[in-house]
Amino acid sequence: MNKPRRGAVALLATIGRIGQHVNDALQRLGFASRFLVTLLRWSGQSFRRPGLTIREIYYSGFQSLLIIMVSGLFIGMVLGMQGYETLQRYGSADALGILVALSLVRELGPVVAALLFASRAGSSITAEIGLMKATEQLTAMDMMAVNPIARVVAPRFWGGVISMPLLAALFSATGVFGGYLIGVVFIGVDEGAFWSQMQASVDFRYDIWSGIVKSFVFGLAVSLIAVFEGYDAVPTAEGVSGSIKSTVVKSALAILALDFVLTSFMFREAG
Amino acid sequence: MPADNLVEIKDLDFAYDDRPILDGISLQIPRGKVVAIMGGSGCGKTTLLRLIGGQLRPSRGDVVVDGLSVPALGDDELYALRRRMGMLFQFGALFTDISVFDNVAYQMREHTDLPEELIRDMVLMKLNAVGLRGAHQLMPAELSGGMARRVALARAIALDPMLIMYDEPFAGLDPISLGVIGQLIRKLNDALGATTIMVTHDIQESLLMVDFIYFMSDGKVVALGTPDEIRASKHPFVHQFVFAEADGPVPFHYPATPLAQELLGKGADEQA
Repeated sequence: MNKPRRGAVALLATIGRIGQHVNDALQRLGFASRFLVTLLRWSGQSFRRPGLTIREIYYSGFQSLLIIMVSGLFIGMVLGMQGYETLQRYGSADALGILVALSLVRELGPVVAALLFASRAGSSITAEIGLMKATEQLTAMDMMAVNPIARVVAPRFWGGVISMPLLAALFSATGVFGGYLIGVVFIGVDEGAFWSQMQASVDFRYDIWSGIVKSFVFGLAVSLIAVFEGYDAVPTAEGVSGSIKSTVVKSALAILALDFVLTSFMFREAG
Repeated sequence: MPADNLVEIKDLDFAYDDRPILDGISLQIPRGKVVAIMGGSGCGKTTLLRLIGGQLRPSRGDVVVDGLSVPALGDDELYALRRRMGMLFQFGALFTDISVFDNVAYQMREHTDLPEELIRDMVLMKLNAVGLRGAHQLMPAELSGGMARRVALARAIALDPMLIMYDEPFAGLDPISLGVIGQLIRKLNDALGATTIMVTHDIQESLLMVDFIYFMSDGKVVALGTPDEIRASKHPFVHQFVFAEADGPVPFHYPATPLAQELLGKGADEQA
């Protein structure tokens, strides 16, 4: 019998591996969807004790405030400088307020705040749930007739979903203040023009509302990824660290991909 | 064995994916007794506990606890049954973000509307029973292994369960802690009027304190009896276990091709 050539064998193996990866990915996606359904089913029980969700809003929302606001301030200041540099070439430095506010409210606020949120809060949610699983705390809870989805997962998920739009809004607000600090206070753009042009041009429905919708969707995505990766972690040190990495990477990709999709929908609506 | 069994396992099969773990196992746990299930590592002991607690579902057969068929229960009924069970996990599985006191109070707060003063008294009584009332303010990270096991024990009996299950309660303990835990398991069972199932491979400690022992191997019960019967047993598996012999019915080696073939075969491949 002729031996198949080495190249053909390697090619077949590669195709097999790709097939395996696709298969695994689809299976995990299906598993994540079922997980989401279970999560929603047990959320009612979790809402009956609002203290649990409020506690998570404190941990993932309130405790992320510092990094969100400091980052917002710096991004706003950079926008102020870069924006001024470009606008003054065309003699329209007065429009700095519009540029800073629109960039932040529509794009940078939701996207950067979500990226920061995923690395600050998402990773810690995954680590916490993953370690609870690895040390059998989730199993112990389940054996004590306390559902871990209702008691541990759902409050963290909803805490993230509620926190995210608020954090994005605060990010944008401190960013606008950063732009004001650089543009008006240091560079000397006219203060009246800065604020009045901003007020006149930023539309609540198209600009602010689209930013809120985006940050809400990002909040859903990041929180779901974070709790799922934690709950589905391989219960070993290596498994949990892999899940944390996975949360940060998948969240970042999901945020950027969703941003593109949402922006293209909103563009059409605005046009 | 007496007819009044709290737990009955009937002709049960279980497999993880395609790997069979339990193979047509049947056993009974009489009410009020302390029963040990023994066997080498990986023989399906812990799996058996998980099946009794309803965390896994058998592929065939039935688990009956207090007259209820566990695999047939819905979520609510299963949780109602679990409220009457206590389980001690191998490494305690204490909640690391809350204190010893809050760990023991956890189920009382989750499942009852008792006032906090009453919960406080109950928690301190449970901790007193395991000798750790003075440690109620500590965090789990501040406890030694033996202390953590005792706190987990206090937590497992928080709601005075009818059935207490222990997964390797003696693993990794020094001889003193080991004796303390053994005596506690016995005393708590008798004081609470509960029934105890203990999965362990510590034969010497078990012989001192249990009423009945099942030996498992390859997913089946291979021997059973009271401690006296076990000591006198001529069964090769039991003999190997009681006298801790390295080789016997339980092989020292994990199944593999013969060593000579493996070594020579590998060399031959590399030369080709």
